[in-house]
This record gives sequence, C-alpha cells and structure tokens, in this order.
Amino acid sequence: MTVTTPTTETPAGVIPLPAAGARLTTLVGAVATFASTWLAWTWTDEFPGNLTVTGYPGGLQLLTLVGSLLVLAFTLSTQGVRGLRWLTPGGRNSAVRLLALGVFATTAFTVIAIAVELGGLANLEPGGWIALVASLILALGALGLPADVPAGEDPPANAWQKFVHSLKAPTAREAKELPSWAELLIIAGSFGLGLYAFTYGIDAEDGSPFLGYVIFIAFLAPAIGRAGLTKQLARLTGKHKNVTATAAFVAAFAFPFTQSSDQYASLGTNILIFATVALGLNVVVGLAGLLDLGYVAFLGVGAYTAALVSGAPSSPIGTTFPFWAAVLTGALASLVFGVVIGAPTLRLRGDYLAIVTLGFGEIFRIAMQNMDGTSGPDLTNGPNGIPSIPELEIFGFNFGEPHTILGVELGRFSNYFLLMLLFTAVVVMVFRRADQSRIGRAWVAIREDETAARAMGINGFRLKLLAFALGATLAGFAGTIQAHVTYTVTPTQYKFVEAVPPNSAFLLAAVILGGMGTVTGPLIGASLLYLIPNKLQFLADYQLFIFGVALILLMRFRPEGLIADRRKQLEFKETGQLDVPKGEEPGLTKVGV
Amino acid sequence: MTSDTIPVTQTGATVLDARGVTMRFGGLTAVRDVDLQVNEGEIVGLIGPNGAGKTTLFNCMTGLYTPTDGKVNYKGKVLPARSHLVTQAGVARTFQNIRLFANMTVLENVLVGRHTRTKEGLWSALLRGPGFKRAERESEARAMELLEFTGLAEKRDHLARNLPYGEQRKLEIARALASEPGLLLLDEPTAGMNPQETRATQDLVFAIRDQGIAVLVIEHDMRFIFNLCDRVAVLVQGEKLVEGTAAQVQSDERVVAAYLGTPFEGAPGAEEAAEVAAAEHSKESDR
Repeated sequence: MTVTTPTTETPAGVIPLPAAGARLTTLVGAVATFASTWLAWTWTDEFPGNLTVTGYPGGLQLLTLVGSLLVLAFTLSTQGVRGLRWLTPGGRNSAVRLLALGVFATTAFTVIAIAVELGGLANLEPGGWIALVASLILALGALGLPADVPAGEDPPANAWQKFVHSLKAPTAREAKELPSWAELLIIAGSFGLGLYAFTYGIDAEDGSPFLGYVIFIAFLAPAIGRAGLTKQLARLTGKHKNVTATAAFVAAFAFPFTQSSDQYASLGTNILIFATVALGLNVVVGLAGLLDLGYVAFLGVGAYTAALVSGAPSSPIGTTFPFWAAVLTGALASLVFGVVIGAPTLRLRGDYLAIVTLGFGEIFRIAMQNMDGTSGPDLTNGPNGIPSIPELEIFGFNFGEPHTILGVELGRFSNYFLLMLLFTAVVVMVFRRADQSRIGRAWVAIREDETAARAMGINGFRLKLLAFALGATLAGFAGTIQAHVTYTVTPTQYKFVEAVPPNSAFLLAAVILGGMGTVTGPLIGASLLYLIPNKLQFLADYQLFIFGVALILLMRFRPEGLIADRRKQLEFKETGQLDVPKGEEPGLTKVGV
Repeated sequence: MTSDTIPVTQTGATVLDARGVTMRFGGLTAVRDVDLQVNEGEIVGLIGPNGAGKTTLFNCMTGLYTPTDGKVNYKGKVLPARSHLVTQAGVARTFQNIRLFANMTVLENVLVGRHTRTKEGLWSALLRGPGFKRAERESEARAMELLEFTGLAEKRDHLARNLPYGEQRKLEIARALASEPGLLLLDEPTAGMNPQETRATQDLVFAIRDQGIAVLVIEHDMRFIFNLCDRVAVLVQGEKLVEGTAAQVQSDERVVAAYLGTPFEGAPGAEEAAEVAAAEHSKESDR
C-alpha cells in the first residue's frame, strides 16, 4: 500500500495534540463509547427504544454502538492494519473525525432527548453519563488528529478555518482490479446494506429515534464519502450498470418482506408514487429544462381517470375497465391534457412558462372542484371527490387482501408496493432510454442553449412538446395506481403546495434536491422529502419552514443536488481544473467543500 | 489552392443565392438590398466595419431572422425562415460568440449536430431495436471522424465548457459539419486567436472546402480573409459596397476609406453601430 507522503507539513488537528496521543485518545474513547452502550442509560422504558437494559443495547444506543465500531475500524485502517486497509482509500483522519463527531452528536442528542422528554437530568442513569463523556473523549481525540491534506499556501488562520480544513480529504486511489464476481458481490452487499439502513430509517419511531437516525446518517454519509468508499463504489456501479439496476430493484422488492406490519409498507408505497412522479417531472425539468410548476395536475388527471372508470359507486361513468385498460386510459388522458396545455404555452420561455403552468395546475384543481353538477357538469362530485374506489384485482389476485408469499404475510400496502415498484421500474427504464438517445440529447441541447439547438436543426417547439407530453404521460401512469392506493381522489390532493407530498412544489424540490437529469437523484430526493416530514410530525406547523431553510442551505452548499449529473457536476463549481474522464462516474460526495 | 488571379465569374453551380435581402428593425435598416452568391467549391469572405450588418445578414440567411424583404435560395430552393429547417436543407453555421452546449461532452455536442441526418424518434429510443443501435453506432462513428478531422478526438469525453477557447471554436465547426451541410457559414472563426491558431483554422477551412462544402466567412482579420477567400464582399452600413477578388477589394479606395476612417458621406457612427447592435439584441431575445 502506498502512503501518500505530503510534500509539505500537514497541519495538526484543531486541538493541538501529538498525533500518537490523539490516536490513542480516539481509540480509548471509541472503546469506552462502545462499552457504554451495554449499560443502562435511563431508568424507565418510557423513552422510545428501551435504553434501560444493562448488557443489551437497544434503540438509539445501537447507533452509538455502530458508530463507535466504525470509528475503531477506520482508525485501525488508517494505521494500515491488515484486512482493514480497504476502508480508507481516500481520506483517513478526516473520515475518522467526521464519524467521531457523528457518534458524539448522536450520543449527546440521545442524552439530551432523554433529559427533555422525561423531564430532567435526574432521569439519566450513570450509563448515560459514561456514554456522553466517552463519546466526548472520542470526539476530542479525533479533533486532535492531523489533517489529511497539506495546508498549501494559505494556512488556516482561526479555529473554524482549521476545522473546515481538517475535514478535507484527498481523492481516493484507484481500487485494485477484482474478479468480476467479487465486484458484483460488493455491489450486491452495498445495496443490501443500503436497504438495511433505509429500512431502519422507515421503521424508526416518530420523533427522537428518527431524528437521532437522521443526525447519525448526516455524519456517516459524508464520512464514507471522505474515506473514498463512495467513489470506489460509483466506479463499480458505473462498470456494471445493469447489475446495479437489478440489485437496486431486488433490494426494493425485498423491502415488504422485511416488514412485520403493513404500516411502513404504506409509507413505502407513497414514497414510490412520489418518486415515480418526480422522475417523470425530471424529464421535463432535468432534461428539457422546462420549469413546470403545475405538474401534479397530470398525476391528478391519471388518478381521476382511473377512478372514473374503476367502477366506484359514486363515479358518474358506470363502466368498469379492466386494470390494464384503466392504466392506458389514464396515461392517455394525461397525454392529451399535456399536449393541450403544452401546445400554447411551450412557445413561451423561462419564467413565463413557469407562471402559465402554475396557473394551469390550479385550473385543474378548481375545475375538478366545480364539476359537481351545480356549477358545472356532474363528473367529479366536486370537493367530495370520488370515494370508495374498489381494490384492484388482477388474475384473481385481490390487492386489498393479505396474501402469504414465501411464508411472509403481505398486507394491502405491500401488494400495492410491489405493483408500484413495477411501474417505477418502467418509468426508470423510459427515463434512461430516452435520456441516452438522439431525443434526449436534443432535450439537453435545448436546455443548454435553445438558439444554438435550433441552429443545429432541432425543432425546438416540437421536442419541448414531446418532453412535456412524455412527462405528463408518466405522471398519469403513476396516478392510475395512486387512485387505488388512496381509496379516494379529491381535488385537494393536487394542490400547488401543502405539507404532505406529492404536490407540485415538493415534486420540483425532489428533483432539484436529488439532482436534475439523473435517475437516482429524484428517487432519493423524493424518499427524503416524504420520509422526513412524515417522521417528524411533532414539528407540525414548522414543517414547511424547516423545509424552506433546508432548501436554502442545500442550494448554498450543494447547488447541483445530492447526486450530481455527469454533465452538471462542474457547472456550479468553477474549479478551473479540466475534468479528466476515464469513464468513471462521479462520486456521491465531492472532495473538499 | 487559391490564387488571386481567379476571376470572379469562375464558378461551379450556385449554392447560395441571396437576392435583395433587406432587414429592418423598426425604423432602422440594418441590411439594405444585398445580393450575394456563393458557388460550389468556393470560399467567400464577408467583411465590413463593426455594425455593418454582417451578422444580421447571416441571421437572415440562416432563418434566425425573417428578412423584411428579399429572398434566399439554397440550391434553387427558397430557404424557409426557420433555423432548424435551414439546417435541414443543408446550411450550417457557427456563432460569433461561441454557443456550444456547455455541459454536454465534446462527442455529445457533435452528435447533436447529427440531429437532422438521423430520424430515430422517441419510440425507437424506448424500444431499442436493432435499427436504433445501428443508427447510434453510425452517428458516433461519423462524429468521431469529424473529431479526428478537427483534432479533438482525444477530448471526446470532456465537457465542452472545459475546452480551451481555440478548441471550442473548432468544436463549433465540427458540430456544424455534423449536419452534413452543403454550405457552411462561419461567423468570425478566428476571433481571439493567436497567429498559430489562426493559421490552423485557415488550413481547416481549406480542408472543409476540399470536401466540397462551400464556405461563407465573416472575419475582421484581413490577412486571414485575403489568404483564404476566392471572393470577398464588403458590407458597409448595411449595403454591399464592393465584391471581387482579394486584390480587387484591397485596392478599392472606398474600402480603404471605410476601414481607415476617411470620412465619406454617411459613414456609420459609433451611435448607429450601437443602435444596430441593440436592435439585433432585442430582436434575438424576442425569438
């Protein structure tokens, strides 16, 4: 293994400690933190997760436990311990530092949450204090570790600059060539871990357990990125694209089988609907660069169409279509609606288009509200919507009833989850194939410079209309299932903005937060945007406020979104360096902020 | 190669035939009654002081503007006033201020240029049949040929925005060539280049001409123009002043006057030039 020898002295850590001493402190702190998770932190099991048992970690203690183990492993890896070296191909101390801070933050959060929720520090058992002190020692030790990269010409002056500098990491070295079965195994294993982490989050109880999880992940993810693991994984997934897609699909498919109750499968289903629609919007916004603020209307068109032909008792259309016909009708209705809206508005550019689509989105909602037989034709029952939409039944498989498959009982939402997953897979495939074609290139060209695109022979209006229509169709497609999942369609489900996704504002936010023009970006963005408000119900009135603050922070620090498009990754960061492509994909986390 | 002795009338078939092209922006006439022919296998230069209406004339010929009056024929057919149809018909152009697709790779930029010469639609992209794959392979092969031709093959996977200036100009030419034009319009291809780069561009334009593509070029670099062009037209204040071989144009006293600033009747002042630029700008942002 080659140790990168810095040409100049790497500055010491934020806290001036000798390197060996800092390392020892870190290790001692990690071991002590690990031990403390086996003690009781509080006396009552009223705090969620039951932290009272000595000799068995539970609830938020588990996060501290995993974190301290990771710190141990990473620290030993930086020392070149055989068998662990692969953990830190990029940054070393910076990764350890972030992890250690994460452990401290999670532990401190747990201790504070115990004191606040149970009403006072008296509720802490000695184990809680030990955990706090041990993780503090760990964090201090990690802050004393030397930085990974030399200071260069501009040495950090104050403590904050030193801290920021100490988190910078060098680029990961190339991984050794592995046999392809090993690479596939790594991909499969990573997706398994990913599924586990995600399931853990979905299953976490509302309030402090979920918040603790978010804090932990917020440190863990960048730490893994600093260590260079994300980059190496991205290289592997870039090499085996189809395997990666299959692995992701299988991981998602396995999700309902890991659930003991249907409650979280319902969350999963709603996330999938939201994510699928966001991916449809990504065709319009991410590829063609058209700002559509009324996109949820297309979801509504699909849902209303499916509801009308579903045979619901209150539907004025008496017929019942078979499922496949309902899906096609819903998608087709959305397509027609998309073309009707797109044809006049797509001659506009930029801001004008945004305003017109915003208006059309509202027109759809209000029209559905008014078609109640008094102020318009009787079609949608007005504000009451179309209730009691019957359950889907395909080949005698009733989606409303629990079925036992492979010894696991799958409830109503698990059934719909699996069906929706197929829809998501179709939309992912449509997106990827459209993107990597003559049409996709023309869309991106229009996004980049419409005048030049026209001069290259691209019929701007026609292609923009095509993007708009495809996006609408995909949303309508997803809407046909949404109608069945939610039992009822009402106009208020399709607002521009409200606290619960999907709505136009959140859809757009999912695309931008996740990363425009990518497949994974909107999927991750939508998951986060659905899960976080759902798990933090206690914030109630402040949800939208916090959402706004989070978006502002994201746009400030990572304008390209969580997942950067290969095309976009350099757009926002004028580094002045040439990109040196060797076919590798960009990592999740960029080195150095 | 070129020679100053080629008579003006020496021609193949006429490729581009612009007759009486007039462009007015409100009360301002940017181009007035200009006739211009480009023949097969010819390199024609278009020069003139700033604000003379050269780029406006280009925009009229490529469908970016609809001329107020007059018409433009390409190989005997009237060119429609829609830029994508003009490209489809076989006239490609580059822009004075480089307009690449900055966040696409070099190869993708050229592939976009192939748009009119391929016809795989959305369905074919979604179904990925053998026809689609073949068309993609052929497009890529053709694009790589063009990148080899312009010397950018090494940089195929770089983002266009990260190329140095000179290579961005070359990439614009490669992208325009990808649409398999019969006529290439170059708008100041050497602006901002050093003498070596200018020389390389000159060789590139000759090589393009040798492929049977007629070239019409706007340029301010007189040495470049007079080395390159079989014929030069001088545009002053929206009107064609002279047209002829390099020698004829160089020795014409009206041209010298227009360039060196000897006042002649109605010379365009700085204000008028600015006015034209402003009008063009607002016209462009309308479209």
